[in-house]
Amino acid sequence: MNAARRFAPRVALLLVAIVAILLPVLEPNPASINVAVFTMMYVGLASAWNIMGGYTGYISLGHAGFFGLGAYTLGLGVAHLGIGPGYGPFALVPLAGLLTGLFALPIGWIALRTRAATFVIVTIAVMFMLQLAAMNLIGLTGGTGGLSLPVPRWSGDFYNTPFYYAMLILASLTIAVSWWIRRSKFGLGLLAIRDDEDKAMAVGVPTRQFKLAAFVISAALVGMIGGVYAYYVTYVYPEFVIDPLTGISMVLMAFLGGLGTLTGPVLGALLVEPAQLSLAYNFGASRLYLVFYSGVFLVVILLLPRGIVPSVRDLTIGWWTRGGPGRAAGPSPGPSTPAPGNVVAP
Amino acid sequence: MASQLLQAAVLGVLTGGVYALMASGLTLIFGVMRIINVGQGALVILGAYLSFVLFNTWHIDPFLGLLVTMPAMFLIGVVLELVFIRPLKTDRESLSVLVTYALALGIEGVLGFVFTANYRELSVWYDTASVPLFGFRITLVYVFGFALCLAILGALFLVLYRTTFGAAIRATMLNRTAAQLIGIDVEGVSAVAFGIGMATAAAGGAVFGITTAFNPNSHYDLISRLLTVIVLGGLGSLRGAVVAALIMLVTQDVASVIIAPEWSAFVFFVILVAVLLVRPEGLYGVRVRERI
Amino acid sequence: MSLLEVERLSKRFGGVVAVDDCSLSIPKGSIIGLIGPNGSGKTTVFNLITGFIPRDAGDMRFKSRSIAGLGPDRIYGLGIGRTFQLARIFPRLTALENMLVPVRRAGMGGLLARAQWGHEKTRAMAMLEFMDIGSVASMLGGALSYGQRKLLELAAVMMAEPELVLLDEPAGGVNPALLERIADHIRRLNAGGVTFLVVEHNMGFVMNLCTELVVLAQGRVIAGGKPEDVRANPVVLDAYLGA
Repeated sequence: MNAARRFAPRVALLLVAIVAILLPVLEPNPASINVAVFTMMYVGLASAWNIMGGYTGYISLGHAGFFGLGAYTLGLGVAHLGIGPGYGPFALVPLAGLLTGLFALPIGWIALRTRAATFVIVTIAVMFMLQLAAMNLIGLTGGTGGLSLPVPRWSGDFYNTPFYYAMLILASLTIAVSWWIRRSKFGLGLLAIRDDEDKAMAVGVPTRQFKLAAFVISAALVGMIGGVYAYYVTYVYPEFVIDPLTGISMVLMAFLGGLGTLTGPVLGALLVEPAQLSLAYNFGASRLYLVFYSGVFLVVILLLPRGIVPSVRDLTIGWWTRGGPGRAAGPSPGPSTPAPGNVVAP
Repeated sequence: MASQLLQAAVLGVLTGGVYALMASGLTLIFGVMRIINVGQGALVILGAYLSFVLFNTWHIDPFLGLLVTMPAMFLIGVVLELVFIRPLKTDRESLSVLVTYALALGIEGVLGFVFTANYRELSVWYDTASVPLFGFRITLVYVFGFALCLAILGALFLVLYRTTFGAAIRATMLNRTAAQLIGIDVEGVSAVAFGIGMATAAAGGAVFGITTAFNPNSHYDLISRLLTVIVLGGLGSLRGAVVAALIMLVTQDVASVIIAPEWSAFVFFVILVAVLLVRPEGLYGVRVRERI
Repeated sequence: MSLLEVERLSKRFGGVVAVDDCSLSIPKGSIIGLIGPNGSGKTTVFNLITGFIPRDAGDMRFKSRSIAGLGPDRIYGLGIGRTFQLARIFPRLTALENMLVPVRRAGMGGLLARAQWGHEKTRAMAMLEFMDIGSVASMLGGALSYGQRKLLELAAVMMAEPELVLLDEPAGGVNPALLERIADHIRRLNAGGVTFLVVEHNMGFVMNLCTELVVLAQGRVIAGGKPEDVRANPVVLDAYLGA
């Protein structure tokens, strides 16, 4: 029983990784790979957002702003450094992340001076400020006319594939960072902040610095993904790279999958993004797809407020731990044992 | 230049009144229920469309139409609260943000489906009429709108400070648990507060619709400004919402003259950031050090 | 040697004077009881000492160093821990995780403390066993009984080995059997070198446990000294029973 409990998740992970890596081989249709690119993009975005929103409980509705910052950084970098089409621009992605992170530092410092409710609003305000700046600083960003990026000369069938791998790498990086944080004392501190911020302070957690660190890391990762997105669509328009819908989508996915869990946002993205793409494709012309979207959103929040992963975990916990050693003694109502893979094991 | 600035300032005050009205509902909802109704902008736009329908189909003047739209939106608000907000038990503050955002999207979708993305406007006969004042002209519409805002805000203050029910609302805002302990039906108060918030949205929507062209997508810009106003004023403070709205709009309109129109919206947010740096709880807000 | 010196501390909330020119001195190694009628400002004094609220006047010195104006996390880093009137733990973390949250070193050094993870976990389990709650290590904080939470709260605070611990009503809401265990834990920790300042209403508990008492009424210190002397002090009796 114990062996199965320890190895099942790792085997599952391995299988998922293999499928993910071989996807373009298994399903070479460019249209499918396009779906995969966007899905993987949101896997990364939702996981990155979760580092701030899920772990600390500070909901940022302005992360689309960081997405845009990354997009513009990559676009401007490519233009000013004279990098030609091909694999070159990908090299600037880390730079996009770094610069977005640097921007996030003062933004976060100001936004985190406020408590949770005001914080949400400040992030929205910041996002709109960034959008306005992008639209008005015409000399720098091309304004609403946008910024163009070089178009790689890859064959039509192959074109989407490098972008898929770029998104896969970024998504994997984000998940790895998220995993590392969750297992560290830093991560425990973040979760403590979420549960009871004042109590966290009372036991020495440097809440200000921890929150800011989570915010910057989250922003930098989102920025990198934004950079790859910009290159993929080869054009950077302020309304498209700083789009509130992008911001709310990553939040919805994290919520649906399970806020603050590692796999939750991944699951959320895998479920929601393909659905959203197909809805937009079929109903995009009429604005009805927004109604569907909002409907799904509302149903999820009202019926599964904790998200899928925690709810499923609660249901299966009994099965995993029945008869297992280390089970909690004494009266134990409700969920008592953490699922495999949680913090306690080193 | 001076007369331009004065004109901008006057305009700022007048439009500030409209924003004060829209923001008052938003801050009231936060004060009573501690939730941020991110869908307030969409509901204002809904109000605008309702007035639009009344006006275009039956030629009912938008101000008169309020007699219909305000109660209607009040009821819609109560229903929305019962169906979507009340079931939220845990994590209320963050979940309510998502729920109301989802509602906003849904409303945007429905409006877009019914009315398409074309810009609409409530073109009333007094649209372009203006009166001369201090050497420049003020559009009458803004004056009517401002008068309406004063009237409704005045009524709101009267209800809050002169009626028993208003006292119940204020008690709930100050301390929900204590209010429950003395027998106030906080759930009922919440529903009514939400309804009042919607009614103010209806009124704000009518005036907004007369003065500005709108389409379903307009709620984003609107909600970002409204949220900024209530944060500046202090979440939950009605006085704060009014003062903040006036400050914001006057500064924005003046900046539009001094700097450039496209940067005026930016100034809006810059003010917010500047104030938060010095006073994170807003102008009239309370510094919250939770549960000691 | 005086571990904590509170000098002429004052705090008012609007028109209400919560703490009025309060001075006290906590010798190292003692267990001082802070008693007084309801509303006498005891918890406010705790909040002032631990940096949760800013003071209006007066000074506080820990090991001869002023701690006024420092935030709660810095205060803990310096070696002052506290528990709360209503036991506060992190409900969505397990008991063991609760024990691992407290940060020993002030500053970012704690961030990358992964290297000491195993060592910390051993210490955490040992402390849980010491408090007789080792069996609930993997239970979520929210699933624990109130008594278990109180013990967990104290255990977690001890993780950074504070020199001074402020206990806010450790006997509150606790059944008599557990009460004796808690007193016992406090005595054992005290024997190990930890100084305690205990706010408490349960007189029996306080008389048995504390070496010295300080009486607060309406924000002022009205009496102090050995428990037997304080108990017989007419000023104290008047404060409790009077208007």
